[in-house]
Amino acid sequence: MHEWALAEGVVNTALKIAQNKNLRKVKTILLKVGEIQQIDLEVFDFALKELSKDTILEKAEIKYENFPAYLSCHVCGYKWSFYESFNKLNEEEKEAIHFVPETIHVYIKCPKCGSHDFEITEGRGVFIEDVL
Amino acid sequence: MKLIDPRLSIIEKRLENIKRIIPVASGKGGVGKSTVSALLALLLKEKNYKVGLLDLDLYGPSLHIFLNNSHSFPKEEYGLIPVNINNIDFMSIIYFTQNKPLIMRGKELTDTLIEIFTITRWNPLDFLFIDMPPGMGEILLDLIRLINRLEFLIVTNSTRIAMETVEKLINFLKEQKIPILGLIENMKIGDQDFVREKCNSLGIPYIGNISFYDNLENYYGNYNEIINSPISKEISQIVNFFA
Repeated sequence: MHEWALAEGVVNTALKIAQNKNLRKVKTILLKVGEIQQIDLEVFDFALKELSKDTILEKAEIKYENFPAYLSCHVCGYKWSFYESFNKLNEEEKEAIHFVPETIHVYIKCPKCGSHDFEITEGRGVFIEDVL
Repeated sequence: MKLIDPRLSIIEKRLENIKRIIPVASGKGGVGKSTVSALLALLLKEKNYKVGLLDLDLYGPSLHIFLNNSHSFPKEEYGLIPVNINNIDFMSIIYFTQNKPLIMRGKELTDTLIEIFTITRWNPLDFLFIDMPPGMGEILLDLIRLINRLEFLIVTNSTRIAMETVEKLINFLKEQKIPILGLIENMKIGDQDFVREKCNSLGIPYIGNISFYDNLENYYGNYNEIINSPISKEISQIVNFFA
């Protein structure tokens, strides 16, 4: 249900963007959804549509671009995909990362040197790319 | 168009049912920010105020020890509802880390703070006390950047070593025109007035002092004992400052 909290942010922000652009009706909302936050797109989409009711976003098409996440070790420089480490996590660990993606540093370490000191280079969370 | 973070627009809304937001800060570590936050929360709750506690010391969360709670989990309901501990609403990073080390750099601290404010749905509160980390880095700066109605409560101990840093925080907040409620001198030893005089020269209220209690740890989690303890009696005047 975390998706509802994020959807509320998207609707609020999209309305502000539309207002700044003087849009009377929004036709499309372009979203980028990073892999690390493990968003349930079905729930997220339902939440966005429910929260958009009776606003200028109501009939907008919401386009999602999922983007994979990559990690880069600060210590040894190794780069790897989140997916590679994700499969080794248990459900509780996945849920913690779902709520607060930065807890990835608790549960994942560099496959090469074992350090928890790495950077999320791509794919953290949800962003609005444009409101048209 | 540049990618836009949709979370930023929701933070003020998440806090709209909270009357007063009070970061408990020092700049210096080890002066008792967590203890002061927890005691104030507990004693104001006893006066029938609705009180929340948020631990933003992301590297070293400790309020859960005072509250004797680390194994609950916030209830999921269109986000997360803080854990209710003895009628205090509590949120901490501890619920997501299994009490393991959480290392982070720069922007990740910012993202964690934003995420916590985005997903936490506070019940209506009279007071939200925010236990701040030491230092004047991301958490302090982002809190000031994102929330425009903060009232800082400063905590120090009786030493010049602590006050040296605390003074820098006070000067920074004053320069930024951020409201400061005043200062509490914690773990007071001796009868010197050095801290009170410093407050006078800095132009901020000296709210009061709390003695050093060497048996404080015996009270963790024992709410009734805290309420009936000498420390509660001693700080009742400080509590009245907020009531």
